[in-house]
Amino acid sequence: MNDRAGARGNGPLGLLPATFALLLFAGFFSLVPTIASGEFVRVSLDWAPSMGIEAAFLVDGLSLTFALLISGIGTLVLLYANTYLAGHAHWGRFALFLVAFMLAMLGLVLADDLILLFIFWELTTLTSYLLIGFSHTTEKGRRSALQALFVTGAGALAFLAGLILLGAAAGTARLSEIVGMGDELRAHALYLPILILLLAGAFTKSAQWPFHFWLPNAMAAPTPVSAFLHSATMVKAGVYLLARMHPALSGTDVWFWTLTIAGAVTAVFASVMSLRQSDLKQALAYTTLMALGTLTLFLGQDSGYAMTAFATFLIVHSLYKAALFLAVGAIDHATGTREIGLLGGLGPVMPITALAAAVAALSMAGFPPFLGFIGKELKYAGALAVASVPVLVAGAVLLSNALMLAVAGIVALRPFWGPAGAMPRKPHEAPWQMLAGPVILAALGALFGIYPALLQTSLVTPTVISLTGSADEVKELKLWAGVNLPLLLSIATYVIGIAMYIWRDPLRRALERAFAQVPVLDREYDRFMAGLAGFARWVSATVQTGRLRDYLRVTFVTALTALAAGMLVAGISPQLDFTGLVGTDAAIAAFIVVGALLAAITRVRVAAIAALGVTGIGSALVFISYGAPDVAITQLLVETLVVVLVAAALLQLPLLDAPGESDHRPADAVLAIGVGGAVTVVMLAVLATPLDRRLSTFFEAASWSEAFGRNIVNVILVDFRALDTFGEIAVVVIATLAARALLVAPRTKAETDVGVQKEAAE
Amino acid sequence: MNSIILRAGTRVLVSLLLLFSVYMLLRGHNQPGGGFIGGLTGATGFVLYAIACGTKDAREALRLTPETIAMGGLGIALAAALLPGLVGESFFKGLWLFLGATEGSKGLPLSTVLVFDIGVYLVVFGGTLTLVFALEEAV
Repeated sequence: MNDRAGARGNGPLGLLPATFALLLFAGFFSLVPTIASGEFVRVSLDWAPSMGIEAAFLVDGLSLTFALLISGIGTLVLLYANTYLAGHAHWGRFALFLVAFMLAMLGLVLADDLILLFIFWELTTLTSYLLIGFSHTTEKGRRSALQALFVTGAGALAFLAGLILLGAAAGTARLSEIVGMGDELRAHALYLPILILLLAGAFTKSAQWPFHFWLPNAMAAPTPVSAFLHSATMVKAGVYLLARMHPALSGTDVWFWTLTIAGAVTAVFASVMSLRQSDLKQALAYTTLMALGTLTLFLGQDSGYAMTAFATFLIVHSLYKAALFLAVGAIDHATGTREIGLLGGLGPVMPITALAAAVAALSMAGFPPFLGFIGKELKYAGALAVASVPVLVAGAVLLSNALMLAVAGIVALRPFWGPAGAMPRKPHEAPWQMLAGPVILAALGALFGIYPALLQTSLVTPTVISLTGSADEVKELKLWAGVNLPLLLSIATYVIGIAMYIWRDPLRRALERAFAQVPVLDREYDRFMAGLAGFARWVSATVQTGRLRDYLRVTFVTALTALAAGMLVAGISPQLDFTGLVGTDAAIAAFIVVGALLAAITRVRVAAIAALGVTGIGSALVFISYGAPDVAITQLLVETLVVVLVAAALLQLPLLDAPGESDHRPADAVLAIGVGGAVTVVMLAVLATPLDRRLSTFFEAASWSEAFGRNIVNVILVDFRALDTFGEIAVVVIATLAARALLVAPRTKAETDVGVQKEAAE
Repeated sequence: MNSIILRAGTRVLVSLLLLFSVYMLLRGHNQPGGGFIGGLTGATGFVLYAIACGTKDAREALRLTPETIAMGGLGIALAAALLPGLVGESFFKGLWLFLGATEGSKGLPLSTVLVFDIGVYLVVFGGTLTLVFALEEAV
C-alpha cells in the first residue's frame, strides 16, 4: 500500500458507500425543520399483526439527533476508510460490514416497536462483531471480537426479557405509547425487574463499569471502525436506550442512584485509566468510556439542565471524538505507530491534521469558544442541579473533566508539537479523503460553539422535548453566561487539568503502582470463560460417555426429575380406584407384570428379549380388549420385528453382566420403579379428569360424511392429519438412512484393531 | 439359517404375507388396516425370506434397494399431498373419484388419500427392510 494507491482509493466504486451514507444524511437533514417545529414523523408497516409486531419507525428530536450523527459521521468515516484501507484485499467486505452496521444503528434509533428495536439492537451487535474481528488473522482481533459479542450478547438477552416484560406491563409494543405511560409503569409491580433487565442491556452495550472492559479491547479494529462504532454510534446505543426510556422509567430512587453511581464511577475510573495509557487509541478509548459515563450520569437526573447537558454533550462528544480518532488514524497511517512516547514533531509535516486535532482537542478540553466549553458549562450546571448530592456529582464531573483536559493535551499536542521521536516511518500529510473527516467535524465543533443557537433550535431543543415532553425545561446554550459557579468550576478544571498535563509522567507512574493492586476485570473475564469451558467439558464427559446404558440412565433420570417436579408443583396425588375392573383386565395385567419381572430378573439375554415380548403382547391384548385393533396389530408386528432385529444383533452384544463390572441392577431397579411409578401416577391423574370428547365426536361424525372412511384412525392418519403423517414418514426415512449409514460405515481404526486381535486370538 | 423346511415354507408364506399386506392397505380406510400396518406386514414377509434364504437372495427378489423404496414412498406421499394444490384446492386435501357410481352404490372409490396411504406403506416397508438387511449384513 503506497501513497499513490492511497490517494486513488479503491476506484470509483470505493466512493459508493460514502455516497450512500451522504444521501441518507441528506434525507435526515431535510427532516430537521419539521422536527424543530415540534412535530414528529411516524412510518408504520404491518409485519406480524397476529403478534402485535409492526415495522414502525419514529423520527423525533432524540432519534433525529442520533440519525444525523450516525449518517453524517458514517459518511466521513466511509470516505476516510476508502483511503485508509486502499488496496486492502477485503475492502469490499469491510465496506459491506460498515454500511450494514450503519443501517442497523439507524434502525435501532428509529424503531418505534419493542421487538423491532431488539432486532436492530442485535444486528448492531453482530455487525460490530464482524467489524471488530476484521483483523481476524490475529489472536487479539479474534479474542476482542468474541469478547465484545459475549458481553453485549449476554446483556442483550437480559434486554430482550426486559422488553418483553415492558411490553406486557404497558400492554403495547409501541415505544411512542409506552413513553407516555410513565406514571403507570413506575407504579407497576414489574417495574423493578424491567428496570434491572433493561439496564443490564444498556450498561453492557454502553460499556458502563463493571462491563467496561470489552471497549478498550475492541480497539483491535481498524481505526475507522473505532471512530465510528466506539465513539459516535454503537456504544451510544445503550445511552440512546436509557434516553428513550427516560420519560417512562426515570424519576425513581432506583433509577437515580443506579445511573448516577454507575455513570460517576465509569466517568472517573475511565478518565484515570485514560491518563495511564501509552497508546493514543487506547487513551481515546478510555475517554469514550468517560463520556458514556457522564451521559449516563445525566440521564439519572430529571432537571432541565441535566437534559440539556445530555443533549449537548452527546453531540459535542461525537464531533470531537470522531475527529480525534480519525486524526489518530491519520498519524498511525503516516508514521506506523500510535505510541505516545515515540511520536513527536509532526506539526510542521502534517499541518492540517495538527490543526484539526488541536481544534477538536480544545473542544474536548472545554475551552471557549468551542462547543465543548458550552457542553462543559452545562455539565456543571446539570451536576449542581442534582438536588440530593450536588457535591458528589459535581466532584466526579470536575475530576473527569480535568483528566480529559490532560488527555486532550497528550493526544493532540505532544505528537505534533513535542520533541521528535523515533517513528518507524517518515511521516507525511494525509490525503484529502482522510482530512475531510477530522476537519469538518472539528470545524462543526467550533461553528456550533460560536453560534450555539444553530444547534439549539435544530437538535438540542427537540431532543430535550423528547426527553421531558415539553420545551419549558430547555436551557439556553450560550458561550457567556456571566460569572457563576459553573464558570468558577471551569476555571478550576483548567488549573487542575493543565497541572496534570505538566506532571503527567510522575502521575502516570503513580497510577501504574496504584493499579497494580486492583483486579483487572479483563483477566476475570478470561477466568470466567475458562471456567465455563471447563464446566462444559465436565458436563459432556459426565453425560456423554459413549455407553448406551449411561445415556439411558441420564434420559430417565431427567424424565423422572421433570415428572416428579411437575407432580409436586401441581400437587398430584394418586387415587386408586378398582371399580369396574373386570377379570380379563386383571389377567392381562398379571401377564404383563410377569413378563416385566422376568425381563428384570433373568441373566440370559434371549430370555430377557422374550420376556419383553411378553409385555408387548400384553399391551396389544389391552388394545384389543378396548376396541383398538389397528393399534394392536401394529404393536404385534413391531414386537415381531424387534425380536428379529435384536436376534440379528445378539451375537455382537456384550454379556448382560460383564465380568469385573459392579452390579448395576439395584440402581437400575430404583430408577425403573421410580419412572414407572411416576408415569402411573400421571396416568391416574389424567384418567381422573373428565375426558374432553369434542374431538372424538367430531371425528366420529365427520369421518364418513367428509372423508368417506369408517376407520377413524386411518382417516385421521391419511386425511385429517395427513400433514403430521407426512412429517412422521419423512422422519422414518431420514432415521433409517442415518441408522443404515452407521451400520455399514467403515469401522474406525480402533475397532479394526480390536477385530484383528480377536481374529488372531481365534 | 439353512433349513429346507423353512425355505420351502417361506416361498408360500412370503407370497401370502405380501398379498395380505396389500389387502390390509386397501381395506384400511374402512376397516382395521392401512398403510402403516400393511407396510409392516409386507416387511415381515421379506424379513422371513431373508432369514430363510439370506439377505443376498432377499435383495435380489426385491429388485429395488429398500432405501429406494422408502424414498420413493415419501415421494409418492408428497405427490399425493401436492396434487390438490395443482387443481386449486388446499394442499393435503383428499380428492375423490367414484368410478361408475350409481344411486345405490358408490362404485369404485379412488382418491389421493389412497395414494398417500400407498406412500406410507412403501416408506414403512422400505424403512424396516433397510434396517433389517443392514443389521443382518453387519453381523
